[in-house]
Amino acid sequence: MSAPSVTPIDAGGRRAIVTYLTSFLLVLVLMALLGVLMRAVQGGDVPLAPRLFYEVMTAHGISMVGIAGLGGAAVMWYYLRRYVELSSGVLWFNLVCFLLGAVLLLAAIFLGGFATGWTFLYPLPVHSNGQWGNGAAAMYLGGLLLIGVGFLVFYIDAGRAILGRYGLSRALGWPQLFGRSTEEAPPTTVVASTVVTVVNGLALLAGATILVLELVAALSPGFSVDPLIAKNLTYFFGHVFINASIYMSVVGLYEILARETKRPWKSSRPFLIAWNATLVMVLAVYPHHVLMDFVMPRWMLIMGQVLSYTSGFPVLLATAYGTLTIIHRSGIRWTLVSSLLVLSTFAWAAGVIPAILDATIVVNQVMHNTLWVPGHFHFYLVIGQVAMVFAFALDLTRGASPAPDSGADRLAFWIYALGGLGLSLVFLYSGHLGIPRRFAVHEQAWMPYARVGALFGVLAVVGMLWFALRFFRRMGTALRGS
Amino acid sequence: MPQQTAWLVTVILVAILAATFLRIVSTASSSAEYAPIAKRATSWRPRLFWLLALFTVVVLAFTLRRLPYSRGAGGAPAQVVRITGSQWAWQLSHDTVQSGQPVEFQVTSNDVNHGFGIYDAKMRLLVQVQAMPKYTNMLRYTFAAPGRYTIRCLEYCGMVHHEMRTELIVSGPAAAVTRGGQ
Repeated sequence: MSAPSVTPIDAGGRRAIVTYLTSFLLVLVLMALLGVLMRAVQGGDVPLAPRLFYEVMTAHGISMVGIAGLGGAAVMWYYLRRYVELSSGVLWFNLVCFLLGAVLLLAAIFLGGFATGWTFLYPLPVHSNGQWGNGAAAMYLGGLLLIGVGFLVFYIDAGRAILGRYGLSRALGWPQLFGRSTEEAPPTTVVASTVVTVVNGLALLAGATILVLELVAALSPGFSVDPLIAKNLTYFFGHVFINASIYMSVVGLYEILARETKRPWKSSRPFLIAWNATLVMVLAVYPHHVLMDFVMPRWMLIMGQVLSYTSGFPVLLATAYGTLTIIHRSGIRWTLVSSLLVLSTFAWAAGVIPAILDATIVVNQVMHNTLWVPGHFHFYLVIGQVAMVFAFALDLTRGASPAPDSGADRLAFWIYALGGLGLSLVFLYSGHLGIPRRFAVHEQAWMPYARVGALFGVLAVVGMLWFALRFFRRMGTALRGS
Repeated sequence: MPQQTAWLVTVILVAILAATFLRIVSTASSSAEYAPIAKRATSWRPRLFWLLALFTVVVLAFTLRRLPYSRGAGGAPAQVVRITGSQWAWQLSHDTVQSGQPVEFQVTSNDVNHGFGIYDAKMRLLVQVQAMPKYTNMLRYTFAAPGRYTIRCLEYCGMVHHEMRTELIVSGPAAAVTRGGQ
């Protein structure tokens, strides 16, 4: 197979991508500020009623998960569009669903008082003990369902385009893996996007199922759902969705680093093995979220631990190892974009380590629902997935002859990296001390850690703000293209 | 304590990873032909895979030996405490147990999901299990020392979640078990 032809993105597609990134950056900065606020409240420095704290916590969580998906979708669409015919209309449809859904979510939270945490774990949404009404619950669940429908249509369009051009087996490199094909496998973007399309399509169906069931329960008080099945559906959806957000964003890493180093990042045999293994493992690993539900079938819980360990292999051996190989003595010019990409790979690989440890059953019994958990996911999201989207956004604004980075750019990078790293490590350290997550009020002895966490959070926000302003200043270039 | 081990392992492995990245980044600006680099990287990857696989197998074998899911194993426990969570209080069938003897906590919920977590006087989390409506999770634990222990909710359950706690008294082996409780 000859090298794939690359189709340039049209003006309508560019406008949509820039609108995605604008939404991503605005929500990110705002919600990161709310994150800092929560740590300051836990540190005892800012008074905030617990009721409002939990509303803020719910808004922070669902918004961050949502924009992780939105940012990842922008990266994936932009590069996948080069190889297959994607619909700009569907891209806009997803964004409209997202924004309308977000309005419903925020209204449910801040007007209706809905505060279950982003995971809407049944039966809390319909059993509030007088904290919010079923109308607010229905509004939240309906808003989330609308966002899910938008994403589902997005993946249906991606699936249609990939199947039309490659077919499923070719898009996943099966002829190269399991046959004797000597053809070159599809580009890395196509392989990764195919995996995401399959796994997130299934995750969204599971998410829609539990959302509809909970909606019915909210509207018909006599109807109930089995709480264990509800928990499994919720965590399956949540786990796959957030991982798929990283997988979509990593597409930009493959494409941009290959260009910056002038070295090809091809779908080699190890790459194909890694992504095909990921396809299976990301669907089956979610029981590590229910390790403390002893009534679960034991084999599922053991599988959750074993697959959590093996899930680290593709990250380390394909993406992190591939990144180090491609930049090694490449003569790469260090810019904000390339620096953010390498930082993001490090953070993804490093954040996986405490995540795997948390999935160890004997460790989970003393770490589950402590601050160890936000410790690992902030690690691979704040300076991992988010850094990938920042790199993509800033790359779009560079144009044909990019100006060199300023001293302020370099300073902002290090402030952001230090802030994100410190924020995550303080969470992890607090978790190992047994400090619970999702507590509006902390014991006196726990407050110093929250204060230090808030300070690192401020640093991370300063870096984010700088990158966002840099993007908005040069947005015209992103709209025109280079 | 598993917490200390997890923290130390995390710090060491993250530091090794950071050092590796910094080392490669420091040489990235210089140029060399890619083919020999790619060839060398390709030859090293399987070795790294087998090293990781060996490490994984050893850790899995070690950590999966003793799981907290042994329902009924080791015979009937001498002490049984029924725990029921509800927004936002714990109900205990007994508020006192003896140290040195296994206790079986039968944990459930009246309303939403809660997390049953036991903290010692130094605020260290000793053990936990989920409290779920319609299901009863069996947790066995042997207290090593007498004292006052705090039960906290570890699964977010609404606006007063952070205040959902009670006390469990662990007496010396000779003391009588008190019925009733909160």
